[in-house]
Amino acid sequence: MSKEATDSQISTGHVVDYNYDIVRKFTLATTFWGVIGLMGGVFIALQMAFPVLNLEPYLTFGRLRPLHTSAVIFAFGGNALFATSYYVVQRTCRARLWGDRAASFTFWGYQAFIIMAALGYVLGVTQAKEYAEPEWYADLWLTAVWVTYLVVYMMTVIKRKEPHLYVANWFFLAFIITVAVLHIGNNLSLPVDWRYAKSYSVPAGVQSAMIQWWYGHNAVGFFLTAGFLGMMYYFIPKRAERPVYSYRLSIVHFWSLIFIYIWAGPHHLHYTALPDWAQTLGMTFSIMLWMPSWGGMINGMMTLSGAWHKLRKDPVLQFMIVALAFYGMSTFEGPLMSIRAVNALSHYTDWTIGHVHSGALGWVGFITFGCLYYLVPKLWNREEVYSLKLVSLHLWIATFGIVLYITSMWVSGIMQGLMWRSYNEYGFLTYSFVETVQAMHPYYIIRACGGLLYLAGALIMTYNFYRTIKGDVAVNEVDKDGNPRQTTRAAVLVAAE
Amino acid sequence: MNPLKNHEFLEKRSIVLLLAIIVTVLIGGIVEIVPLFRQETVIEPVKGVRPYTPLELAGYNIYLREGCYNCHSQQIRPLRDEVTRYGHYSLAAESMYDHPFQWGSKRTGPDLARVGKKYSDAWHVAHMMNPRSVVPESIMPSYSFLMNRGVKMHDLGHHLSALKAVGVPYDEAMIENADKDAYAQANGEPRVDIAGLQERYGENVNARDFDGQPNIVSEMDALIAYLQVLGTMVDFEATKDVDPGAVSKATLGQDDMEGGE
Repeated sequence: MSKEATDSQISTGHVVDYNYDIVRKFTLATTFWGVIGLMGGVFIALQMAFPVLNLEPYLTFGRLRPLHTSAVIFAFGGNALFATSYYVVQRTCRARLWGDRAASFTFWGYQAFIIMAALGYVLGVTQAKEYAEPEWYADLWLTAVWVTYLVVYMMTVIKRKEPHLYVANWFFLAFIITVAVLHIGNNLSLPVDWRYAKSYSVPAGVQSAMIQWWYGHNAVGFFLTAGFLGMMYYFIPKRAERPVYSYRLSIVHFWSLIFIYIWAGPHHLHYTALPDWAQTLGMTFSIMLWMPSWGGMINGMMTLSGAWHKLRKDPVLQFMIVALAFYGMSTFEGPLMSIRAVNALSHYTDWTIGHVHSGALGWVGFITFGCLYYLVPKLWNREEVYSLKLVSLHLWIATFGIVLYITSMWVSGIMQGLMWRSYNEYGFLTYSFVETVQAMHPYYIIRACGGLLYLAGALIMTYNFYRTIKGDVAVNEVDKDGNPRQTTRAAVLVAAE
Repeated sequence: MNPLKNHEFLEKRSIVLLLAIIVTVLIGGIVEIVPLFRQETVIEPVKGVRPYTPLELAGYNIYLREGCYNCHSQQIRPLRDEVTRYGHYSLAAESMYDHPFQWGSKRTGPDLARVGKKYSDAWHVAHMMNPRSVVPESIMPSYSFLMNRGVKMHDLGHHLSALKAVGVPYDEAMIENADKDAYAQANGEPRVDIAGLQERYGENVNARDFDGQPNIVSEMDALIAYLQVLGTMVDFEATKDVDPGAVSKATLGQDDMEGGE
């Protein structure tokens, strides 16, 4: 269906002529980068099991791991945040997105940033700071894109028709502004010369470590949590057709979450040369963070009060609620791992990698998939996605993949930590380092299988979107309430709303 | 006043809400980061830490470029097994010239904070060419291309200047002689006179043909020069006499540098 037809249909249905074109672009980009990022993940997982897959100089683990993390966090996650925030801010403000050209610049500019960063990694251009690898020129470019994003968002909010700003927007605003602060704060660097891609960070040693993990932990806190909670606060109530469980809880948990998260960074630096007082502050706030995190989870899950039966039939809602379950699990595990005594064992091991992936695959991935399954039919004016059965298949394959991933990393990470600190009866270390590497081999294979399943799920989703956009409906399909759907194409062309 | 009832105030004023968010998120960062810039309370007084030589710096940059930090930490924690396995726990002073730090967060491979002088240059070359030739169970990628790539000698002075601008105490002579010093360090005596290198960076600087290829200052030379100095700078014997309470500017290393001239 052409763009004009869609827009006119929407404008006849609503007073406001929403800018859905930009949301569609970001939605497609999210799907594309998601598949690329997951493929990268599977490949580097296989490299750890089979080192022969490292192809020097460009395709070694050291260069590809930043490619994977940036592709999933910034390319997949970032595009998902743009898509959903632009959709949500228009709908909840009842205003068309401000500045069509500025919004379009954020799309093309952001994709250009991703390409710039990715090319840099493969060619060896990096700041060597985790999740902040892009060099100064890419950072400056991203700053321009991000400021435009903030302006587009704020101007839309300012011209809103709704007197109250809905809770989802608080989270999106906190995400956009805090990521700007973190990005600028952690990337203060001096290029060797403007003709050189290479730069040196202004702070060194301890200070650069503290600033890096202030950034790094809050990339998790604000990019991967606050922004995605914004999604949760809009799409779960919409899909469940129920209001948010508690308005009070959302206020309390919003302010406490953004206040406390910022302090938690030093738990990445336990027992290092960072002064103890900073480590202790980081640990204390990380434990406190458990409560606001669970506040969000409870608020999301309890939104289903009185509508739990919907969960039985609707795989899209299942995606969203399983996402919250993983969110609750990893935000319990996080504070646990931030305790110094636990961290002494877990730090530097694959337990951390497992923890990150329970949050990334379970929470960030699943809430995004849920939102995309809701959004794609809306944006392309379909009643529902091509096949809810395929959504269900995606859910189960991906969940099984996550279970393989995190259990193998728990077991092997704890094993690794225990082997490193094991002494024999004569008081010598029991294992050489390489014996611990060897012991990881079977777990690395299991982990790669888990990743492969998760990737397979994303490919099923991509196929489902392709057929949805084409306007197809699978045979013997039922809708989210369990009623049979017509397969004819004409039926689907009737606007959903 | 009940903040829950008055929250409506913020919900209706988006700019005020935005400002309130900014203030809320700035507090934690300011409290944890700003005090760390009073260096004398953060970096302990030790002797011997000096900025990298130009060749070591080129090696540090290769370490960054190849993403070694993704699998190797450079931070030994004060835990019994780590001190047994790797040596003295890491001190803040040891990374004070790393822009940025390379402490890492993951040990797919072992910690490298004190790898210097633990293995021979020949072992490092063999290990980089094919890690499995010396450690059969290793899962590290090979880096044989480093042997054939020359260090960009003419750039080194620019790198030192940039680092000087962000606070590393390189002087004019060091910047001017950057390429010569790198050449001298990658060849060593008797082939090249290393007096100037030693004058600028101390008597203990490692100067020899690290990669066994006398005709080229390769990236392998640079990387091994860097690895061989890691964790070897601090003079732990001399440090025992330093009163931990006597914190002065000397701890920041400038004194050591000037003393060498």
